[in-house]
Amino acid sequence: MTPHFLTRTLDRSATIFILIVAAVGIVLPLLNLLLPADSPLQVPTYLISLFGKYVCYAILALSIDLIWGYCGILSLGHGAFFALGGYAMGMYLMRQIGSRGVYGNPVLPDFMVFLNYKELPWYWYGFDMFWFAALMVLLAPGLLAFGFGWLAFRSRVTGVYLSIITQAMTYALLLAFFRNDFGFGGNNGLTDFKDILGFNIQADGTRAALFALSCLGLIGAFMICRFIVTSKLGKVLIAVRDAESRTRFLGYRVESYKLFVFTLSACMAGVAGALYVPQVGIINPGEFAPGNSIEAVIWVAVGGRGTLVGAALGAVVVNYAKTVFTSGALAPYWLFMLGALFILVTLLLPKGIIGTVNAWLDGRKARDNANADSAEAEDGIIKPDLEKA
Amino acid sequence: MVAAELTAIDPQVAAREAEARQKRITSAQLYLDGVHVSFDGFHAINNLSMVLAPGEMRAIIGPNGAGKTTMMDIITGKTKPDEGDVYFDGTHDLTLLDETEIAKLGIGRKFQKPTVFESQTIQDNLLLALNVDHSVRGTLFWRGSRGEAERIDRVLETIRLTDARDSLAGNLSHGQKQWLEIGMLLAQDPKVLLVDEPVAGMTDVETHQTAELLKAINRDNKTVMVVEHDMTFVRELGVKVTCLHEGTVLAEGTIDDVSQNDRVVEVYLGR
Amino acid sequence: MNYFFERCRAIALACLLLAATAIPALAGPFEDAIAKFANDDFSDTDEAVGIIASSGNPQAFAIISALQEGRLFADPDSKKVYLTGTDGKSADAATGAAVAEVPASAAAVRLNNRLRRNIESALGGLTLMSPDPAKRIASAQSVFKSHEAALLPVIDAALEKETNKAARTAFAEARAAILLYKEDATEAEKIESIAIIKSRGDQDALALLTSLPPDQTLGVTRTAASAITAIKSRQTLWSISQNAWYGLSLGSVLLLAAIGLAITFGVMGVINMAHGEMVMIGAYVTFVVQDVIRTSYPGLFDYSLLMAVPLAFLVAGILGIIIERTIIRFLYGRPLETLLATWGLSLVLQQAVRTMFGPTNREVGNPSWMSGAFELGQITITYNRLWILCFTLAVFVILLAMLRYTSMGLEMRAVTQNRRMAASMGIATSRVDALTFGLGSGIAGIAGALFTQTNAYVTLTVFDFENSAKVMVMLILGGTGRLYGAFLGAAVYMVLEDYFSKLSPTFWQFGIGLEPVAGAVLGKIAILVLIILFIQKRPRGLFALKGRAIEA
Ligand SMILES: Nc1ncnc2c1ncn2[C@@H]1O[C@H](COP(=O)(O)OP(=O)(O)O)[C@@H](O)[C@H]1O
Ligand SMILES: [Mg+2]
Repeated sequence: MTPHFLTRTLDRSATIFILIVAAVGIVLPLLNLLLPADSPLQVPTYLISLFGKYVCYAILALSIDLIWGYCGILSLGHGAFFALGGYAMGMYLMRQIGSRGVYGNPVLPDFMVFLNYKELPWYWYGFDMFWFAALMVLLAPGLLAFGFGWLAFRSRVTGVYLSIITQAMTYALLLAFFRNDFGFGGNNGLTDFKDILGFNIQADGTRAALFALSCLGLIGAFMICRFIVTSKLGKVLIAVRDAESRTRFLGYRVESYKLFVFTLSACMAGVAGALYVPQVGIINPGEFAPGNSIEAVIWVAVGGRGTLVGAALGAVVVNYAKTVFTSGALAPYWLFMLGALFILVTLLLPKGIIGTVNAWLDGRKARDNANADSAEAEDGIIKPDLEKA
Repeated sequence: MVAAELTAIDPQVAAREAEARQKRITSAQLYLDGVHVSFDGFHAINNLSMVLAPGEMRAIIGPNGAGKTTMMDIITGKTKPDEGDVYFDGTHDLTLLDETEIAKLGIGRKFQKPTVFESQTIQDNLLLALNVDHSVRGTLFWRGSRGEAERIDRVLETIRLTDARDSLAGNLSHGQKQWLEIGMLLAQDPKVLLVDEPVAGMTDVETHQTAELLKAINRDNKTVMVVEHDMTFVRELGVKVTCLHEGTVLAEGTIDDVSQNDRVVEVYLGR
Repeated sequence: MNYFFERCRAIALACLLLAATAIPALAGPFEDAIAKFANDDFSDTDEAVGIIASSGNPQAFAIISALQEGRLFADPDSKKVYLTGTDGKSADAATGAAVAEVPASAAAVRLNNRLRRNIESALGGLTLMSPDPAKRIASAQSVFKSHEAALLPVIDAALEKETNKAARTAFAEARAAILLYKEDATEAEKIESIAIIKSRGDQDALALLTSLPPDQTLGVTRTAASAITAIKSRQTLWSISQNAWYGLSLGSVLLLAAIGLAITFGVMGVINMAHGEMVMIGAYVTFVVQDVIRTSYPGLFDYSLLMAVPLAFLVAGILGIIIERTIIRFLYGRPLETLLATWGLSLVLQQAVRTMFGPTNREVGNPSWMSGAFELGQITITYNRLWILCFTLAVFVILLAMLRYTSMGLEMRAVTQNRRMAASMGIATSRVDALTFGLGSGIAGIAGALFTQTNAYVTLTVFDFENSAKVMVMLILGGTGRLYGAFLGAAVYMVLEDYFSKLSPTFWQFGIGLEPVAGAVLGKIAILVLIILFIQKRPRGLFALKGRAIEA
């Protein structure tokens, strides 16, 4: 598009963010692939995959922030869209196994042979083609979100009620995917992947490429979000968040706006899930657990909702902490930590890390030039009055 | 992934609309007839009938709880009447439309409790109010035009907030918020303006200025309905007055007529 | 006075009868029959069984049951027959006199299948004469099932003498069963029998009627068919009421939890995600109480629940107050954040309980007055569920009374309906908030204490996500405006769940083409989908209040 669009989308902090992600996405794989194993700077492959996971979580966090931070829709079921994207990718990877499975069936994945499936269920058709799977990564979560949102927004279900029914939605999917006869591997989910687009999924090179791709995905998602929140549509979303009914009286069809961002956000979550699955090597119904979705929300809260950089940062920080805690002697205390995080962030840090820093910077700027009137927020706009009834 | 516009107009409604347009029930700009609303058995509006001619300005008075705000809710689609007809332009049956559609027809509203978008700048508040393309696609790919910028400048001028254009609306004083909301009405440029208690929290000077502003708007051939308690303000407007009480019209006429009406006096002063 | 004489006469009569049966029979056909066992001939044995069974000899039962269990030994030389009792002591079969041991020459009397059948019915006939009415009824029942034609004379005789009402009915039913299956019974007899069997109306009666041999007269077939439909429809009714009872009693715990949730909702305006953990805490309080009692005061075990319920209320309630004071009150007016904070709280509480009590199940017992069951018609009512229902109703009534008649209740209602107005009328809203929240949590605690009585253990997932979701759904269905909304919501939900769990298998199969094993899971999914659709129409619940207050 025009330079106008670019300058609008890429302000200073956005540019810095993109540069950092790009640098990480290029440098880490190179350090992994080019340096000899005994070099102190060599990044082991397992770390590449771990970081890749964080990056996928960051994309998920962005998608949540887009609807929660900017439009006030608190989805407690976004894990469902993530998992659907993951399943779509997992189905492709399953079909790639071909006759290398334990049972050696060229068409049926192992679990189907085990469960006495005679032929491939119709909804598995086409997943042997990457383009089709990639399409489904977008369509499956997108259509679900569209249908769900259409019903919910049209009848003006808002606030906590909406949150609760999104939670019910992911829970219903959890129950469904746990069933063996649902045709998605039941309890065990999809795993034992062999290769992706012809590359061995375990190979260092593939891992590094997947990591780089995830970083690219993060940059893409970030740009899309920036484009949206800096457009006039972004202002409408904030208007909806702060005073939904007022926005209606101005002649905006609020439900269309909500439906648009909700669907877009679900697609983004789906992409995150699709990038996540080949890096962790498994997708199972546990991803639909309501706890996962709500945990993703807390990443956003920690980083600062209504600030896109904050959402991504929060995902990485919280998950890094989780890795550190759950793998050490402190493992039994992780849930205490996580629970406390929920409480403390909502009580003491309602704007999150970035939001608080921004507010502090703004305050200082305002003090510096006492009668300056431009105190624009760095990254989107934070609702100033959170105590409002 | 652009969401399809949701249109609440189903074929039946469209058919009724078309029928009404042909018949053109009335030549009035706003037409309420025999309207009833009750909340949980409480009759907030009782057999309310009122007609506003195009270009007319009308002041509505009445004690607290008389149903003035509820009447505006009905006109703007926030509350659906249990009974009765509400027509705009003699052609649009407002009881069948929702808030968005009614706003798009050209009915603007200022709320009793000023509601502006507090976390956005004053300028953005006005930008959001401008009556340009309100579709998802339109706003997503919106690029400001000189015309729009000029309109916003003009409104800022009118509501005396040019200097504060970049500060957050949430930081404004109560009176300034009232003005901003009136400014948003101006930007919206509707055919009918419903103004609910515009001078609450204003100084005398500001009250006077507001009255002047509303008269100016009315001179622009807009239909205006003003709800206000402040009698000096109503007097200053110098227009026909309707007094509501318990959801129904108690008296109608010039301010002097109405304020000498026995029943009005009784309602306001008690017996 | 009259009654007294009647009693005396009855007792005297009973004594006489007892004396009569106790007099040893003189040598005669009975002894001859016993001797036949020594012939080692199946038909002789059969004959002997017949004679002994109808002899009325007090030894008869012992002998034939010994025969059945291979404890009857005959000496072919001396023609003497011995039996060893279940206690291992041996006796002469004819006289009942104890002997030191069965001679080595005696061999166990052999049986074949035909004999075994006859022995069984003979034993049935013998217990028909038992002095214990319960035994008589039991054996009449077994005759009813076997409808052995040979027993008809015995039954007739028994029926003649029988005075116990229940036993008479049992005999009459047994007689009807025999007649129905007897080939040479008249049509009128058979039709009359069918009527008797129909009025019995249980599964056995149904089995008897459906397995009737085909060669019946038209009249009999018709009556039987109509009796079958009658029994079947009566049975559906019973099974519905059984289900309803089941749902009601389990639902009552959920209902308590829902009421608690509705109360806390009134304070926060938001669903408390840690509510399930309050239920869990109530359950663990019960466990701790029982544990202490078991180790230190075992005699008090029957009172454990009576102590646990108030204690659960207190512990959960006080915890609720602490939570309100330290967390919730800072979040008023921020519903979405409240949701998150209370979720975090639930994680912390879960983990705390896990750390204290370990991740495994802990046993919780029923006090004796809560175990067991009784039958009401064809439904089984267990005492634990009955008591749970009683507790629930009691809590509900107390709560309603408290809200209606005490000043605290008045203040609570005032604050939840219009906080600002209440505050300006001088109510200390923050104190009321804390107490109300504590009350709601305490009631959840009671729900937890009672919940332990439905299954014999507590776990961390006593009140798992699913139950919590159910409770939320009840609340959403019922609306939060009024307390009885939770009540109605619970009722509607339980009915829906029952309905859909039954409906969905086929329903699902129809839609997707899978085998119909889906069952309850899809019922739940169907419910969730339904709820989503429901919220479409009534975002504020079925029984919601309208008004401006809730719009804010
Ligand atoms: N949504 C509603 N639910 C319940 N009562 C309402 C609602 N809207 C208005 N009312 C009641 O209707 C009456 C009229 O209110 P309103 O129109 O605000 O009066 P006014 O603006 O004239 O002071 C009041 O008693 C108010 O409580
Ligand atoms: Mg009003």
